[in-house]
Amino acid sequence: MTALAGRVAAAVRPRRRRSREAAVGAALVVVVLVLVVASLGLGQFRLTPGEVLRALAGDGLGHVVVVQWRLPRALAAVVLGFGLAVSGALFQTVTRNPLASPDVVGLAHGAFTGVLVALVLGAGSWTVLTASAVAGGLAAALAVWLLASGGAVGGLRLVVVGIGVSALLASVNTWLLLQVELDVAMFASAWGAGSLNGVTAVQALPAGVLVAVLVLGALALARSLRQLDLGDDVAAATGVRVARVRAVALVLGVLLVCVATAVVGPVAFVALVSPHVARRLARTPHQPLLLSGAVGSLLLLASDVVAQHLLPVPLPAGVVTVSLGGAYLVHLVAREVRRR
Amino acid sequence: MPVRSSEAAAPSSPGADRGRRRRAPLLVVLLAGLAALGAAVVLSLAVGAKPLAPAVVLDALAGRGGADAQYVMGLRLPRTAAAVLAGAALAVAGALVQALTRNPLADPGLLGVNAGAAFAVALGVALLGLHDPWSVLWLALAGALVLSTAVVVVGGVGSAGGAGRGSRGGDPLRLVLAGVALGAALSGITTGLVLSDPDAFDAMRSWHAGSVLGRGWDVLGPALPFVVAGLVVAAVCARGLDALSLGDDLARSQGVRVAPLRLAVVAAVTLLAGAATAVAGPLVFVGLVAPRVARWLVGPALGRLLPTCLLLGPVLVLLSDVLGRVVITPAEVPVGVVIGVVGAPLLIAVVRRSTR
Repeated sequence: MTALAGRVAAAVRPRRRRSREAAVGAALVVVVLVLVVASLGLGQFRLTPGEVLRALAGDGLGHVVVVQWRLPRALAAVVLGFGLAVSGALFQTVTRNPLASPDVVGLAHGAFTGVLVALVLGAGSWTVLTASAVAGGLAAALAVWLLASGGAVGGLRLVVVGIGVSALLASVNTWLLLQVELDVAMFASAWGAGSLNGVTAVQALPAGVLVAVLVLGALALARSLRQLDLGDDVAAATGVRVARVRAVALVLGVLLVCVATAVVGPVAFVALVSPHVARRLARTPHQPLLLSGAVGSLLLLASDVVAQHLLPVPLPAGVVTVSLGGAYLVHLVAREVRRR
Repeated sequence: MPVRSSEAAAPSSPGADRGRRRRAPLLVVLLAGLAALGAAVVLSLAVGAKPLAPAVVLDALAGRGGADAQYVMGLRLPRTAAAVLAGAALAVAGALVQALTRNPLADPGLLGVNAGAAFAVALGVALLGLHDPWSVLWLALAGALVLSTAVVVVGGVGSAGGAGRGSRGGDPLRLVLAGVALGAALSGITTGLVLSDPDAFDAMRSWHAGSVLGRGWDVLGPALPFVVAGLVVAAVCARGLDALSLGDDLARSQGVRVAPLRLAVVAAVTLLAGAATAVAGPLVFVGLVAPRVARWLVGPALGRLLPTCLLLGPVLVLLSDVLGRVVITPAEVPVGVVIGVVGAPLLIAVVRRSTR
């Protein structure tokens, strides 16, 4: 009831809300750009922001380091963080579950299973691991889809089946981790946390193009998704094809996660937490897609900077993502409690 | 206005819980559950790397018998007791969390209990080199209790709150958000910790699998009071929680004090899930599947649901543990792994039957 009242109130003041959304978005873009420049200067070979900008403009001194080594990694963090967060917003809207993330359909666990199986079978090359990850993730999503068929698309049944399949895969993963040597298990776990180590332009560019295409697809659905927020009947009455919009949104979400997983492994929590942060920053009742994306970019990039440069031991970015995202979510919840 | 709570479904529970199906009488379900539990206990005592006849098991329990009796009493009985304790505690905790959050898919893990326990255990292994079951028990319990307290503080359950949007006495969704957030932040740190310490990683990968192997009375004794306390609080809260499923305002009109009730329920969940995790490691699935199956059998009213969970949880864990012993004899599959693999199809089958 109160949620509905909030929605109505928000609809009454659309202009103020939009201007706030735009302001928050602009601020996020600025922060991300500043962070990109800062991250390009960090590392063994330190550069001031001015030197970074000159290198980007083609100045010889740091050109190779900045443009060929560090830029692909930073841009990959920005693009993939964006994609993961949009995917999370799609899933939360479609399932109407604020705790839903793409992992509802078992993607991350499936990807990890794929990698572990490849490792147990003795594979080691990056290409094979990536291929098995994507295959595992898609197989899990497909299994969930098939097992959930017959219920409403994106409804309760999908979530329950997703939880079931995820739990099954998590158990299998735990078991597989116990079957391999300690060093292999640790390598697998580091991969399973999600890391941007070794990302080059070869992976970053195609991933960027794919994410852009998929996000544009999601934006085309944005209006229909907002209608879905008002309930299926209202949405259907205003001419939204509910089942189709849901299915397309979920497929887009799954593909976005697959792109990210192929490049950096299953990075946890970006998809789950970014839409929440975006919604609270902009004070919108629905899941703002682009804003969520911007928050996701910031979260993954900041996590990678922390993971690379600010810790006593270099850790996978995904480890930091979870901690940072979780800490920020704690702060948001606590602040809201105090405000009331 | 007395409401027959078995007819009153929580708004979020699926159609199957609306009492349209004729439920089996509670007594029949409980008797069947008891029989199943007895059979599972006997199986757990008889089956393993060294199979024993049920007669030998009964002899041993009666205090007769020789070397085999030693085997039963010394190894399999504590292990069986650990499985019963963990299963019962987790199933009841799951039912409580689902009622509290009005979410039939909630699981004690949502309140961060597992994450808190795992963090404390990892910390103990990495910094202090504590591996023995007894230390792990207390570390896990302490971690669960501390994190749960933090979740309550952050989620604002304890505060009476302003007259905000239904937030008096804590909003269940915010509680879960706080649990997920704190749990995630902590699990990130745990992962970082174990990835930088091979020794801790090795200890944690087996703890994570969940196991009742080698859990002796020295571990079960300290855990039992926590479980009993949790069960007592759960029994006291059952009626109030039923009223709460109709919404805060209706519950208040029936004289339920919402904020203290929520606090008590969180405390019960922490005691139960914390003790279970401390004994057997994180057996994530039990708290979701057992209440789900129980609700399908006897409906959502907690007076019927909790006793059913008390029997179903141990059956699930015991049978999984027995299965784990025979699948790849003479080696064993940890019980947590088996539960995941057995519980998932069970959950999916139930949900496929109950939602159309």
